[in-house]
Amino acid sequence: MAAMRAKLMSWFLLGLIRVLTGSQARWYGCPPKAEQRIYFANHQSHADLVMIWAALPKELRAVTRAIAAKDYWTKTPFRQWITRSVFNVIYVSRDRSSDEDPLEPLCEALQHGDSIILFPEGTRGSADEPQPFKAGLYNLAQRFPNVVLVPAWINNVQRVMPKGEVVPVPVLCSVTFGAPMQLQEGEERRAFLERARNAVIALRDV
Amino acid sequence: MYQLLKNLSPTQQVGALFFTVFGVLLLASVAAFLLSLKEPADETRAQQRRADLRNFEGILRTSWLMVLVFWIGWLSGDWIAITLFGLVSFFALREFLTLSPTRRGDHRSLVLAFFVVLPVQYGLVGTEHFDLFTVFIPVYVFLAIPVASALANDPHRFLERNAKLQWGIMVCIYGMSHVPALLLLEFPKYEGRNAFLVFFLVIVVQTSTVVQHLASRRFKRAPAAPQISQSFNWPSWWTGILVASVLGTLLAGITPFVPGQAFAMSFIACAAGSLGHLVMKALKRDRGIPIWGRGSVSVTGAGGLLDRVDALCFAAPVFFHSVRWYFNL
Repeated sequence: MAAMRAKLMSWFLLGLIRVLTGSQARWYGCPPKAEQRIYFANHQSHADLVMIWAALPKELRAVTRAIAAKDYWTKTPFRQWITRSVFNVIYVSRDRSSDEDPLEPLCEALQHGDSIILFPEGTRGSADEPQPFKAGLYNLAQRFPNVVLVPAWINNVQRVMPKGEVVPVPVLCSVTFGAPMQLQEGEERRAFLERARNAVIALRDV
Repeated sequence: MYQLLKNLSPTQQVGALFFTVFGVLLLASVAAFLLSLKEPADETRAQQRRADLRNFEGILRTSWLMVLVFWIGWLSGDWIAITLFGLVSFFALREFLTLSPTRRGDHRSLVLAFFVVLPVQYGLVGTEHFDLFTVFIPVYVFLAIPVASALANDPHRFLERNAKLQWGIMVCIYGMSHVPALLLLEFPKYEGRNAFLVFFLVIVVQTSTVVQHLASRRFKRAPAAPQISQSFNWPSWWTGILVASVLGTLLAGITPFVPGQAFAMSFIACAAGSLGHLVMKALKRDRGIPIWGRGSVSVTGAGGLLDRVDALCFAAPVFFHSVRWYFNL
């Protein structure tokens, strides 16, 4: 019964996001493929998560898990239900007080064979260009050299639901997936993160 | 043949009309499929042909969709038909606004446009409040939207942003909503046949667009406004309008008009529609979209629906008001 409810909710959200945005996926640098991947994208709106999830083909959706901030998404039972049962997200805690490695849940999922969706800015931005990327992407790339890193640009979603608004507005949106990249031999952290960020920005004008 | 058709009940006549239209579409689809099997040896010609065919198939797909929408609308009653047209409005406005950049401050106005203005306008159609329906957007919404935008406290390009939104609402909601409104006009001795009037409007307007397009390819005259449109020139415009009006005259039997009136009504509708199409082209140029076929590769993936219905959006209000005024409805 609970599984059924989650399924219905996911259909509802999928339908909603298609009506509102068209949720078009544009695969430019690579085809949609069932290999283990880390998708990393710009982050401007809560709808980003649903958007990129809806843009993936059905087969990949089941094995691709997004990252969500634990403090925000477990605050109310509804938020927790939607992120856990419908999207099957991986929670990460943003506060640095605890001793545990914040990347631990991500590593677990990757060891498990899942693909993940990462927003390396860490929080939603409101400027045109994404903020500098956090180190998490670099650390994961170092620990899992075999996982393919795919940059993605989510276009227009900030217009659907800007930070602080509750009612979404219909605007056509698209997710552009770019060519996979890799951590180069001996590449420094900052250089890699900058390169990754530029790869995401470059997809804006494809 | 004519007598036979005349003796049918209105329902049967409309049914026969759909039967014919579906038949024509089916033939066209089969023809397109057969043509796609043959490939000229010459590479450049083959490419040209493929592009033409793709274009043709695009038009066919839209026609199928539109006819299906009409058919379902007719089968299931006026309210469903009105809802379907409402959806077309919704998707057209979505396309329009995707290509007109808005700012954060417009969010509330956009919500208002999509989720209040659109349903209310179509609700007014459904409940036949025709007097309010014709002034609701130009009078009340015209004030309400800028107020919502002003309260958002963002003066940056205020006039421009509001003008865009206003335009989107006028074309996509106001214009489009006049098509289903035709279903509810009550002509004397014409009960149950209003679907024909919608069909009449759509067919003459689409014909004028298609004929104009074909004529401009053949005539190769200097375009009237080359910065806006390479294909728009007056001789082909006249050709399109006149051919469509003659078709309209021939179709007078399915309308409440006598042939002379049918000619005049088609003429007015086609002139409004094709000039409106030109105006929409100017808007696209303003937004920097060079060719419509490219729309599908633009970042947003926009393009398509509005292209096909924009002529109708301009023709419908003019047609509606001319008919209402002339027949004193």
